[in-house]
Amino acid sequence: MTVDFIFEGLNQLFPSFAGNDIFLILAMLLPFAGLFGFITIYGFGVIYSELKVSSFIQDKIGPMGQGPGLHAGKWGLLQPVADGLKLFFKEDIIPASADKPLFILAPFLIFIGAFISIIAVPFGEKIIVADMNIGIFYVLGIGSLAVIAVILAGWSSNNKWALYGGMRSAAQIISYEIPAGISLVVVIMLTSSLSMQEIISYQAGGLFNWVIFDNPFMPIAFVIYFISALAETNRTPFDLPESESELVAGFVTEYSGARYALFFLSEYANMFVVSAVAATAFLGGWQSPFSDFLNTPIWSMFWMISKTFFLIFVMIWIRWTVPRLRVDQLMHVCWKVFIPIGLFNIFGVAIWTVLRG
Amino acid sequence: MGLVHGEEMVLNIGPQHPATHGVLRLQVRTDGEVVSQITPYMGYLHRCFEKHCENVTYEQVIPYTDRCDYLSSMSMNFGYVVAMERLMDIKVNERVEHIRVVMAELQRIASHLLCTGVFGLDLGAFTPFLWALRDRERILDLFEFTCGARLLYNYMWVGGLSHDIPVGFVESTFEFLDYFEPKIDELENILAHNKILVERSADIGVMPKDIAISYGVTGPNLRASGVKWDLRKNDSYSIYDRFEFDIPIGEGKKGTVGDCWDRFYVRILEMRESVKIIRQALASMPKDGDVHQSLPKKIRPPKGSVYARTETPRGDLGYYIESDGSPIPYRLKMRSPAFTALSVMDEIAAGWLLSDVLAILGSLDIVLGEIDR
Repeated sequence: MTVDFIFEGLNQLFPSFAGNDIFLILAMLLPFAGLFGFITIYGFGVIYSELKVSSFIQDKIGPMGQGPGLHAGKWGLLQPVADGLKLFFKEDIIPASADKPLFILAPFLIFIGAFISIIAVPFGEKIIVADMNIGIFYVLGIGSLAVIAVILAGWSSNNKWALYGGMRSAAQIISYEIPAGISLVVVIMLTSSLSMQEIISYQAGGLFNWVIFDNPFMPIAFVIYFISALAETNRTPFDLPESESELVAGFVTEYSGARYALFFLSEYANMFVVSAVAATAFLGGWQSPFSDFLNTPIWSMFWMISKTFFLIFVMIWIRWTVPRLRVDQLMHVCWKVFIPIGLFNIFGVAIWTVLRG
Repeated sequence: MGLVHGEEMVLNIGPQHPATHGVLRLQVRTDGEVVSQITPYMGYLHRCFEKHCENVTYEQVIPYTDRCDYLSSMSMNFGYVVAMERLMDIKVNERVEHIRVVMAELQRIASHLLCTGVFGLDLGAFTPFLWALRDRERILDLFEFTCGARLLYNYMWVGGLSHDIPVGFVESTFEFLDYFEPKIDELENILAHNKILVERSADIGVMPKDIAISYGVTGPNLRASGVKWDLRKNDSYSIYDRFEFDIPIGEGKKGTVGDCWDRFYVRILEMRESVKIIRQALASMPKDGDVHQSLPKKIRPPKGSVYARTETPRGDLGYYIESDGSPIPYRLKMRSPAFTALSVMDEIAAGWLLSDVLAILGSLDIVLGEIDR
C-alpha cells in the first residue's frame, strides 16, 4: 500500500522520470527507513517510560542524571541512550562451551521476528507499510518466530538455567498462542476479514462502534487476548522464562553486551506489536473515538500510537505490581481457563451474529 | 506431578544466585521442574566467629556479633550482652533496658521488612521489596542518628550502651511509627492478599509442628507452624515481661498451618506487635539515667559458664560462654536460629517444583552470615 502510494507520489512529483526503477527502490526503502527510525525512537521512549513508571510505582525518582544538561538534567531523558551505549560497548562474550552459530543466530532471529511484525501495523488509512489481506494472521505467525529464537538461545548457551528458561518459554509461548488466536478469531468473525485495514474500517464511527463494545462477548475476548499477549511477550506475571529470582536470567543468562540488548529491545518491540494488534482488533485502531472529528491522517497516527501506548502502560503497570505465576499455574490458566472461555466466546459470538442478522 | 519420570539433573543453586540471600549453595536433584532432593552447602561466608572470640577480649566480641546476623545486629548485640550480664551478675538501669528494647524491636521491624520484601521478590514482585526497603531506610536513619552506624552498630555494651539516645530520638521514633503503621497495611494489601502470591505460597512447603520442633526451628518459622513460643514471653529477659503484646501464630488462613504464606504473614503480624512494644517502651522510658552507669571498668567475668537465649527476628539466639576468669573467653558458642531453619529445608521442600523451593527458602528468612558465622 505505502510502497505503491510513495511510488505514485514520486511519479506525479517528477512526471518526466515517471516509472523509473530508482523510484521503486526508493519507495521500498523509505517505509523501511521510517519504520526503523520509529522503532529506535519507540525503543528509547518505552524504555524510558518503563524506568519512570516503575520508579513512580516504587516510590522513587528514577533516572535523573542523563539528558539535557547531562548531570544536571532533571528528567534523565537520555538514560536509555546511555544504557544502550553501555551495552554496545561491552565486551562480546561467547561462552567456550556454547554452540557458537546458534548462540549468535538467536538474538538476530528474535529481533527480526519482532521487527518484521510491525510492517503490518496500520497507523492510518494510507500509513501502513504492507496492507496484507491476511495481516492479523501474518502478525500471529511471525510472532511465533520468537519461540524458536528463545529455544535456540536456551539450548545453545549450554547453561542449565538457560535451558530451563528456554524450555519454559517454549511451553509458555506455544500454549498462549492458542487463547490469543481464539480471541482474535471472534474479531475476524465479526469483521469477516483478516486484513488489518478492513478490521479497522469495520470499527469506523466513534467509540461505540469499536469491536470491544460490539457485543457482551468482546470484552472477555479482549481481556483474554491482552493477558495472553502478556504471556507471549514474557512480561510479568508470566516472565517465567527469564524469572530473575529463580532462573538467574533464564534464556539470556549467558548473553551480554549487544546481544543482550537485542533480546531486550525485541521484548519491547514485541510489546508494541501485541499492543498494536489489540488496539487494532478491539479498540478501533487509528479511528478517532469521536467519529469523524479529529480523524485526519496525522490524528490517526496519534490515536493509534496513544491507544498502543496506553496498553503498553498497562503492561508496565501490571509488571511492577504483581508477583509471578508458577509454571504449572501458568499452564492451568491457559488450558483450563482461557481456552474453554475462548471457545465458549466463539460460540457466543456466532450465535449473536446470527441472531443480529 | 511425579507420574512421569525423566532423567535427573543435578543443579547448583548458588553460591552466586539472586535467590539464595547470600552465598549459599543448594545442590538440588531435579526431574524437569520437580525437585527430589536438596542439599544445602554452606561455609562460603565462614569467618571463624567462634574461634575469633577465643582470641579477643569480651568487649571486642561485640563487633563480631554484629557481623553474624548483619540484618539484625542490634538483636545479636542484645543476646550477647544479656549473656554477659548474667555471667557477671550486672544489673543495668531502667533507661538502658528501655533503650535496648526499643532498639531490638526497631531492628525486628527492619529485619522483617527485609524478609517480607525479599519474599515478594523471590516470587517475582519487585515493588513491595522497594517499599519495604524504603521504610527500612527510615529505621536505619534512626540507628544512624543514635550511634552513627547504619548496619553494624556495636551499640549495646556489657553493662550499658555505647551512647545515650540523642535529643529528639523519641520524637523521631514516634513520628516514624505514625508513618509506618499505615505502611504495614499497604504492604499487607499488595502482598499478603494478592491472589497470585496466595496461589504461590499457600499450602506450599508445609512445616508441621512436630517437624519444626524436632529440627529445632524457632522464631517466626516455628510460630507459623502453630506453636506459641516466643522467648520474650516464655523465657522473659530484659524488661519484656512489662509490655503488652501478642504472639502471632500461623492459623492457616489461606491454606495449611505452617505453609509459606503463614511464615510470611506471621512476620507482618509481628511488625504490628513490635510497633506496640516500641510505643509502650518509649512512653515508659525514664527521662534520666546514665547509660554508662553500670559499665564495668574491666570485663573479667568469674570462672564459670552461662547460656542465655534471646529472641532475635529469626528465632532463639543462644550464647554459651565459658569463662576461665581471664579477660578473654575460653569458649563462646552461638546457637543460631537461621542454621536450624536451613536444616529443615530438605524435609519440607523436597518434592516441590523449583520455583516453590526458592519460595520456601525465602519464607525461612535465612541470613548466611549467621549460618556460617
